[in-house]
Amino acid sequence: MDQFVILCFAVVNSIALLALISLGLAIIFGMMRVINFAHGEFVMLGGYATVIANHAGVNLWLSMLVVAPMVVGMIGAVVELLIIRRLYGHLVTTMLATWGLSLFLIGAVTAVFGNTTMGVSAPLGNIPVGAYSIGAYQLLLIAITALLVVCSLLALHWTKYGLIARAAMQNSEMATTLGIDCDRVYAATFIIGAAISGLAGALLAPISGVLPHMGAAYVARAFVTVISGGGALITGFLSAATILGPVEALLSYFATPVVGQASLLLLAVIILRLFPTGVSSLWTGGR
Amino acid sequence: MLRQLKHALFPVALVLFAAFGPFVLEPFDLVNLSAFSAMAIAALGLAFVWGTLGILNLGHSVFFGLGAYAYAIAVSNLGDSTLAVLIGTLLPVAFSLILGYFLFFSRLGDVYLGVITLCVTLIFYSFMTSTADPSFHIGPVPLGGFNGITAVPSLNMPGDPQAFLSTEATFSICLLALAGAYILLSFLRSSDAGRIMTAIRESELRSELLGYDIRFYKLVGFAVSAAIAGLGGALYTAVMGFVSPNVFDLPQASQFVLWVIAGGLGTFVGPVAASFGFQLLSSQLGANQIFNTELIFGATIILFVLLAPQGLLPMILKLSKPRFQNRSGILRRKEKPA
Amino acid sequence: MSGAPILATRGLVKRFGGVAAVDGVDLVVTAGEIRCLIGPNGAGKSTLFKCLTHQHQPTSGHVLFEGQNLQGLATHRIARLGIAIKNQIPSIYANLDVRENIRLAALRRGLPKRELDRVVELALEEIGFDDRRAKQPAATLSHAHRQWCELGMLLASDPRLALLDEPTAGMTRDEMLKTVDIIKRLNARATVIVVEHDLEFIARLAQRVTVLHRGKVLVEDTMDKVEANETVRDIYLGRKKEAIHAER
Repeated sequence: MDQFVILCFAVVNSIALLALISLGLAIIFGMMRVINFAHGEFVMLGGYATVIANHAGVNLWLSMLVVAPMVVGMIGAVVELLIIRRLYGHLVTTMLATWGLSLFLIGAVTAVFGNTTMGVSAPLGNIPVGAYSIGAYQLLLIAITALLVVCSLLALHWTKYGLIARAAMQNSEMATTLGIDCDRVYAATFIIGAAISGLAGALLAPISGVLPHMGAAYVARAFVTVISGGGALITGFLSAATILGPVEALLSYFATPVVGQASLLLLAVIILRLFPTGVSSLWTGGR
Repeated sequence: MLRQLKHALFPVALVLFAAFGPFVLEPFDLVNLSAFSAMAIAALGLAFVWGTLGILNLGHSVFFGLGAYAYAIAVSNLGDSTLAVLIGTLLPVAFSLILGYFLFFSRLGDVYLGVITLCVTLIFYSFMTSTADPSFHIGPVPLGGFNGITAVPSLNMPGDPQAFLSTEATFSICLLALAGAYILLSFLRSSDAGRIMTAIRESELRSELLGYDIRFYKLVGFAVSAAIAGLGGALYTAVMGFVSPNVFDLPQASQFVLWVIAGGLGTFVGPVAASFGFQLLSSQLGANQIFNTELIFGATIILFVLLAPQGLLPMILKLSKPRFQNRSGILRRKEKPA
Repeated sequence: MSGAPILATRGLVKRFGGVAAVDGVDLVVTAGEIRCLIGPNGAGKSTLFKCLTHQHQPTSGHVLFEGQNLQGLATHRIARLGIAIKNQIPSIYANLDVRENIRLAALRRGLPKRELDRVVELALEEIGFDDRRAKQPAATLSHAHRQWCELGMLLASDPRLALLDEPTAGMTRDEMLKTVDIIKRLNARATVIVVEHDLEFIARLAQRVTVLHRGKVLVEDTMDKVEANETVRDIYLGRKKEAIHAER
């Protein structure tokens, strides 16, 4: 029984983790069809912002929930202005440019902070479940992820900005004729996506610590989740996370984490073999 | 005729260098240049599959790494290095056929293909780093986790595992292999099959309407690039004497892409020249924390991409020529610190 | 050439949502003929064309080429049966020169090298391209020359059946006349099906004309009789005038 509870927790935790590390990437990909290869580094920068703010005496919660998204959002704004904006419409080129950016950011952080792990201690304690225990912070992480996903869905479908964003995403030319400034929508999207990636990094910092190369640990899973999800903005990657998460969690539990990751990738490749534009093509009809 | 002569110039230069290099260069330089050549061979594989067929394979390092590991394991088990190099070439081919089936028969777009291939190599990286436990071994060879496989025997005379080749001979073999790979790929590109591959890059629809099975040609091209990369990986391990999971990691994957972008998509000389140039640069930078290789390479990729957003080809044609002429200059500079 | 059917459709239907763009078309084309498909805008010409070439999967019904059902065949397999397709939008290798374009079309036939060269030069001659033009990258060609380049590729691929979608769209009258000439050369080797608007072009070319209206075959006859047909005048020519008025 206890083991079953722990297993269920691992499954939910795995889905939430996939969703958390993919959300920022999914927003940028869904809106702009741009794969941001520097996504992992935005996550990493969020982690660094938290750790450094915390070491400088800022309250941990404040540095996680406010400082990190703001800092990474601002970095996102600069990146959008200097790189992304110049390459609109050239998907492959944008991908290569963000790849260069990814290396550049790793290099820059290494140059400034050195190639060592820094960290903050995980807040909150453990909750005992029979002979096992669950980190209370991890429960909070699941709750925050759920909240973030629900908020993005609501923002997209019930707010004016969401309507404008969906219009620009569907048909940018049409939206332009209706007086929507698509460039500004894209810029805002990129900044929000970056800020959410930063927030993800901040939330992960107490668990994993921060390191210049930490992004690489997350990007593969985030890319795979977003791509096998397909074009539907939130529902796509969410359904992919729900399919992939349990597989990874269960195989990690019964075999090793590496087997879990490898099977996640394998499953994603099979999904793409069946639905070349992602699972969400089932209900969006292609695209 | 003149064009053919121009094409022959590069491999002839490589062969001459293979013949006379050992007489002019220090052993340290010979080892370095052997390793550079092995890397350049792998880069040629990517230059072919990306430049000729238009397949954006961001995880080219997976074939390089598989070749590197296959050589290390095979040579330690078998003793003879000739067969090990062959295995290092063929194992990536087998893997490329399986991976390629999924990629090309799904008709994935460029962006998806790039992401999936990159993820594949990253998964190999995490797998290899997790093999520290002694239970991970093939024959007597432990996979060694993060440290990889050490004390890998170098090349020997075919059939005589005790007769190890000298540094000079290994250097010549690596450069000859580079020249061979260059000639092979050049011939393939200008053959009828190569023209069809170029045609597929230009327009998949038209090629299908003409009756060409684009999935088949892509699979074949992918396998050829995997063979070339595997050969590079095997030689690299033979020269260095060890292999670690880093052959699969992100910096390795990005190096190949960087060289092909910088050297010029659609050319073979450019990526080879660029690979030598950037490897010299990174060996000079060494473990410098401030100006580390990632910072410099990342900035270089961004600059290249931004300065020629419509496609890198026009700019590269201008750039690759002076770089090619500079090759001797760069090499001379290398002699000093040795 | 006998009267054997080379292409036949049976009850071909293509629906988009609730609308049947092609609604039960039975078409029989005999070997060796030039068949024109005409009809007013929205008659389902282009959809029928895409179904014949299986670029669209029909909702129901079959396309039979020499008795073989094309259902489920990949595009390149259909091409290998000897069906050459020219879509409305020119589809050529923009960065290769004209001769390379045509050579690629002939390459699949597996001819010995000398024979291959001869086929390529013959196709170049038939579309009236001199050596200078043949060396030009296809991207630098004018619109009409691109269409001819693509027709040259069709000639060189030696098809049994050639399907052409609006080959004279956007051409001047002189260019149209030259295109008629090229298509007649194509017809010397292959059965040709053309979807077209231009009535003069059709009159110069077609032996039989199939008029489509609202996804169905309205009339199938020689051009003279079709032109004299009252219903056709009403829906096609009349409608066209209306459309012109409406545009103004």
